[in-house]
Amino acid sequence: MTDQPVVYLDHAATTPMWPEAIDVMTTELARLGNASSLHASGRAARRVVEESRELIAERLGARPSEVVFCSGGTEANNLAIKGLYWARQALDPSRRRVVFSSIEHHALLDPVTWLAKHEGAEIAMTPVDRTGRIEVEALRAAVESDPSTVAAVTTMWANNEMGTIQPVDEVVRIAREHGVPVHSDAVQAAGYVPLDFAASELDAMTVTAHKLGGPVGVGALVIKREHDPVALLHGGGQERDIRSGTIGVALIASFATALDLTVQRQAETSARIESLRGRLVEGVRRVVPDAIVNGDPEPGPSHRLPNIAHVTFPGCEGDAMLMLLDAQGVECSTGSACAAGVPQPSHVLLAMGFDETAARGSLRFSLGHTSTEAEVDRLIEVLPAVHERARKAAGVRGVS
Amino acid sequence: MTAAPMRVVAAMSGGVDSAVAAARAVDAGHDVTGVHLALSRNPRSYRSGARGCCSIEDSNDARRAADALGIPFYVWDMSEEFADTVVDDFVAEYTAGRTPNPCLRCNEKIKFAAVLDRALALGFDAVATGHYARLETGPDGRVQMHRAEDHGKDQSYVLGVLTQEQLRHSLFPLGDTTKDVVRAEAERRGLQVARKPDSHDICFIADGDNAGWLTEKLGPKPGSIVDEDGAIVGEHEGAYAFTIGQRRGLRLGVPAADGKPRFVLDIEPVSGTVTVGPRESLTVDVLDCVKPLWCASPPADGEYTVQLRAHGEEHAARVGIVDETVRVELIDPAAGIAPGQACVIYDGTRVIGSATIDRTSRLAHR
Repeated sequence: MTDQPVVYLDHAATTPMWPEAIDVMTTELARLGNASSLHASGRAARRVVEESRELIAERLGARPSEVVFCSGGTEANNLAIKGLYWARQALDPSRRRVVFSSIEHHALLDPVTWLAKHEGAEIAMTPVDRTGRIEVEALRAAVESDPSTVAAVTTMWANNEMGTIQPVDEVVRIAREHGVPVHSDAVQAAGYVPLDFAASELDAMTVTAHKLGGPVGVGALVIKREHDPVALLHGGGQERDIRSGTIGVALIASFATALDLTVQRQAETSARIESLRGRLVEGVRRVVPDAIVNGDPEPGPSHRLPNIAHVTFPGCEGDAMLMLLDAQGVECSTGSACAAGVPQPSHVLLAMGFDETAARGSLRFSLGHTSTEAEVDRLIEVLPAVHERARKAAGVRGVS
Repeated sequence: MTAAPMRVVAAMSGGVDSAVAAARAVDAGHDVTGVHLALSRNPRSYRSGARGCCSIEDSNDARRAADALGIPFYVWDMSEEFADTVVDDFVAEYTAGRTPNPCLRCNEKIKFAAVLDRALALGFDAVATGHYARLETGPDGRVQMHRAEDHGKDQSYVLGVLTQEQLRHSLFPLGDTTKDVVRAEAERRGLQVARKPDSHDICFIADGDNAGWLTEKLGPKPGSIVDEDGAIVGEHEGAYAFTIGQRRGLRLGVPAADGKPRFVLDIEPVSGTVTVGPRESLTVDVLDCVKPLWCASPPADGEYTVQLRAHGEEHAARVGIVDETVRVELIDPAAGIAPGQACVIYDGTRVIGSATIDRTSRLAHR
């Protein structure tokens, strides 16, 4: 379509691997040995895994024994919420309630609703305000209506569509008053804001490698030793018998390298990306004056991620804009779930009080460690024509 | 159409025809973008029966064909428009005792309207589909639509609703070819859909059981089945499950006096009375049609041929136009023609236009 290099503004979907993480991965792929074998090759492989676990734990403020490797965010969330629900129910069958937020990723929403449909869980969904932040008092009311029946509370660290950071500390305080465990999906936050598992006093936290420059296919549930979630996968008993399956040495080593680099460079990267985001938002507003930037306008680790700009373009359809930008080599997201490739209006925007039309007319631009000013400028260069066409097409369809 | 390269949306259902049509548009030098139309609100994961356009599997097949052609691919959600204009219309027509053709309606309102309009607004020049029909530019500069070379596959009937403006932005790359050639070409191009079975039936009715689908949608509405003298010969659960000319599934309690099979002659939607009778009573030779759509301009009164159902035979007919109605007198009577069906009018192989059959009757002198 064009000779321009690709402008990648979808780092929240996945971000390029650090070259160092690729090097480690390719080196480790050549290593022989099952990390569970007792011979020298097995021990050597296991050593790589445990050193990786120690590094990851250190960078996340956790103990190595708290890091359970798995395939990624979806599995970690399923393991956390289902595993804690079953374990807590086994101890006391009256613990049937799961308190969660309306803006969770589908990787958490769907296991929660599955528990309700198949396991008799009662679900209490916490509403959010117009910036996409959960209403803590509503969560408190949900928990305190009958604290002894709450199996678990879960609140994502930062929303993946808006970048709005959630008041996890307040949620933890409420839950701890009643001895209820709290999980947080920190997939989107990791690498962009400081994370300290111990300081957070969370019971469990989800992270995944590919959002911070590691490979797809590996992540971790960080979970306190005192919890013994019921396993989803049964087999060889790896990973504290919580997650059976041959351990992916190369994936884990690469994950550790990526997380290490990301955390070391986090402050510097976040500052740089925050300034790029400012340039992007300023540019979008300049060329499309009626564009609305959603989420929390305040920067900083208690407000929003530095790398996400979620924009509503009134009178346009997001998927038409995405296609036209794609044709110009500019890649972004409608920030919404896809069933059969059919864009659905985002449940996050609907939860924030937007109507379906506005929800369909939105795009998520997300920056990352490789983003440049030139990329942002290229977006702003092609946006006016794209916006004009998309507005015309929406008019044809009766959207406005 | 013009040879100049255009920006083309190739509507890709996931079937072999639309995949090869897209491939030919690429070969012709156009800048092609593949688009799969999501028409169902709740797409099923896998195909069931012979249908082929609404499942996630079909969407994936279309995506893989686009990959093979090296063209961008998107899914456009047209489920709302499809439900509002095609499915609702289908239900309303059956409720009114008529027999609609939803494929025509889809071409008229979705593929060459909602999709085409969106494509044009987004900067495309044309929509290409895998329909079997030929387009030519006539001496007057207007686009003419003709029957496909492969008369067995010809789909000009379901395109008979297209106007000149729509035809000017349409590409039918398969019009000059046969299905066998298309399949062979798909094999040669390495398209995985080369051997995928053809779709039949109505895409939104998964198992092809129209009557069952309508019954589920509309609920039971019992009524009587009567003979031509008005005597009750059976009962039914809903008149919308019948079409004129239908013979099977009548489950009549009283046999015909002459012992010959009986057919549905008439459906009275308000009372739900279904009239049955012998084959002879099915024949009609006058069709009063409404809502004409012309490919170019209204034709002069005269002798033409008409086609009354998809893959139906041609009938010689005299066609006359009075205001917005079209009177069609068949030279030889036809059987089992239902109001709601489209009458597509041809001059030789050229499509003149179409109109919806509103009423059928027999000439008094026969």
